Amino acid sequence: MRRAFDIALPLLLAAALLGLWEWTVAAKQIPPYVLPAPSAIARAFAENFGSLMEALLSTLTVTLEAFVAATVLGVATATLFAQSRTMERMLYPYAVILQVTPVVAIAPLILIWVGFDHINLALVIIATIVAFFPILAGTTLGLKSADFNLIDLTRLYGASRLQTLWRIRLPGALPYLLSGMKTAGGLALIGAVVAEFVAGSGTATGLAWRIVESGNRLEIATLFAALALLAFTGVLIFAALSLLEWALLRRWHESAIRQS
Amino acid sequence: MGNGAVSLSQISKRFPGGTQALRDLSFSVAPGEFAALLGPSGCGKSTALRIAAGLLAPDAGTVTRDTNDIGFVFQDPTLMPWADALTNARLPLDLKHVARGEANDRTAAALKRVGLGGFEHAYPRELSGGMKMRVSLARALAAQPKLLLLDEPFAALDEITRNALGDDLLRLWREDGLTVLFVTHSVSESSFLASRVLVMSPRPGSITADLALPPGRDSRLAPATIDAQRRISAALNTALAA
Repeated sequence: MRRAFDIALPLLLAAALLGLWEWTVAAKQIPPYVLPAPSAIARAFAENFGSLMEALLSTLTVTLEAFVAATVLGVATATLFAQSRTMERMLYPYAVILQVTPVVAIAPLILIWVGFDHINLALVIIATIVAFFPILAGTTLGLKSADFNLIDLTRLYGASRLQTLWRIRLPGALPYLLSGMKTAGGLALIGAVVAEFVAGSGTATGLAWRIVESGNRLEIATLFAALALLAFTGVLIFAALSLLEWALLRRWHESAIRQS
Repeated sequence: MGNGAVSLSQISKRFPGGTQALRDLSFSVAPGEFAALLGPSGCGKSTALRIAAGLLAPDAGTVTRDTNDIGFVFQDPTLMPWADALTNARLPLDLKHVARGEANDRTAAALKRVGLGGFEHAYPRELSGGMKMRVSLARALAAQPKLLLLDEPFAALDEITRNALGDDLLRLWREDGLTVLFVTHSVSESSFLASRVLVMSPRPGSITADLALPPGRDSRLAPATIDAQRRISAALNTALAA
């Protein structure tokens, strides 16, 4: 009952706001190149359905590839840090530099280096850079938060570092990794969009490019349709990762148990 | 393989902060003995136990152990929250690459011995504090140690649970002929469980009394147990007054 209410409430608000929007556009006679009515956006969405889906697929592919790459690289780097303090001291500042430097500023350089004939690779690299840090930071914290007594216990039984990593540190870091992945999923999408913006005309075929193109042609309804699709994709990624988190943690972790 | 004897000789340990935790600490535990290391909080008894286990290196002195088959039980259950009771208790066997089937059998038997038959697939959060401690005990026993080291294992439990676990520990010790070194700050616990009590004084930690307790302490209220309590209390008071 409460759950149905939780879902119905935001939907009701959306319906009310869309109704208000539709009415305002009609009543105030706002020109469609400034603010199209929701019905016009829906029409634009239906008319451009095929090309919008193609654009979505392109952006989604870049996003997912970057997300997987960021997860693998983030976990691998965090594991390296956990095994060697020297490595961590040496490399962590550079990970921070990579994080705090605005990706829009690095993107043109990456495009030039990778080359416009490998445009998708360049997009994936840019999006990976954006998504990488939360995975690294989360997993590093998780690997360090292992129960010291459990670590001592493995030493007592003559465990190798690999055994301790695999049996104690990595499972213990899982909640932190999943939390990082939830942030990284959204960031990968943002990174893909930013990369497409920077890559610009003729080369990129994703949703961001559709937004730029529609804006240039003053097809604002199509722009809104692409924007809505982008937002929906972001929500879907977050929901999927939340579901993954719940499935993996529901038996043991406080964060998943309190929800039920 | 050895029989589980352990001996500390002239052990000194200073913590990074500069506190002298132990100075010239010496004692030995004979095979099959149930020794209690008794002292007030902060007297260094846990440090001594960790040194005995080889988890901590002393600044000076030597530790002699005739076995590496050690079981260790911490003050907290120290379980892996993501694993069920069986997987938790199986950890030592997994780390020693014991075949899964055999490891499962041995672990299930260990769980049964501590009264947790039927709870193999319960997760730590589904278990009470006493049951978690039993899983911890089963984990220590699953590897069939010669020497069992316990660091105030029942301190966080209520008295009823504590007594039940104490009775079980005593039974396991008798059945297996283990050597037990048991760190505690409870006079009554040591008077009933231990065959020998080593009294420690704090700052810096050292042994001030070594009491062999006679048999005949069949219950917590048996005259022999009460008598042992009196002797231990007196020794502890002397240690604290010094």
